Amino acid sequence: MENFTPVSALIGGGLIGLASGLYLLLNGRIAGISGILGGLLTPTKAGSAVFERLSFIIGLIAGPLILMTATEIEAQSVVTSSLPVIIVAGLLVGLGTTIGSGCTSGHGICGLSRFSLRSLVATLSFMAAGFVTVLVTRHLMGGM
Amino acid sequence: MRIIVSLICGTIFGFGLYISGMIDPQKVLGFLDVWAIADGGWDPSLAFVMGGGLAVAIPIFQFAKNRTEAVCGGEMSLPTNRAITTKLVVGGLLFGTGWGLVGYCPGPALSALAFGHTETIIFVVAMIAGMGGARAIGLNK
Repeated sequence: MENFTPVSALIGGGLIGLASGLYLLLNGRIAGISGILGGLLTPTKAGSAVFERLSFIIGLIAGPLILMTATEIEAQSVVTSSLPVIIVAGLLVGLGTTIGSGCTSGHGICGLSRFSLRSLVATLSFMAAGFVTVLVTRHLMGGM
Repeated sequence: MRIIVSLICGTIFGFGLYISGMIDPQKVLGFLDVWAIADGGWDPSLAFVMGGGLAVAIPIFQFAKNRTEAVCGGEMSLPTNRAITTKLVVGGLLFGTGWGLVGYCPGPALSALAFGHTETIIFVVAMIAGMGGARAIGLNK
């Protein structure tokens, strides 16, 4: 388990939980990233709060930019998949989070923090599919 | 004020994804590869991210959910749908499959745009197309 980083994982996770909690307490909204982004695509609906959504997304990108330029903390984001796989995966993530009304943040962090059974079922569904997909691509097909 | 709060919360969320390493699809895939437990190659970090996130979020959510109004004004818009449907599970399975293929879920994919990699940009464009397509035919209802 040479890649295991428990301390930074706990600290980073705590910050994600803090951001989600503050967003609910202060703005009264669920910090579900797929919902925040998706809501921008159909902004005609009343209360869709375009600028709140946009500023959250700008913050999501600004956070890493600040840390990589102003601190010594290093991180990377490596995609090894081929172009067709990247496109199919992106479509599936967009489609699946829309049909299932949420992703890792909305169901995983916010939903579980509300003790929502619906979000627990959603979280178990995407985790299970993630485990099986990696089993198939890494171990049965030998990497994609 | 609500817009500034959104910007600050998004930034803290982005800090968390960066520091936790979840901004890297290889960290995520290293967790989803539970089949590597046998040879010691499994990376349980993501479980610690969830644990740290829930440890902080649960007390705030339990305190906040009984409020009638948000601190910055306006209603508390908490989900009211409790139905466990086939659609919920099918959506989760489709999302999980895409997540397992590349290692990006929506938050880390957006945050990783900070690195400016072409692969990330293509993933995000495809993800938005998937969301737009699904919404266009009413699958978000």
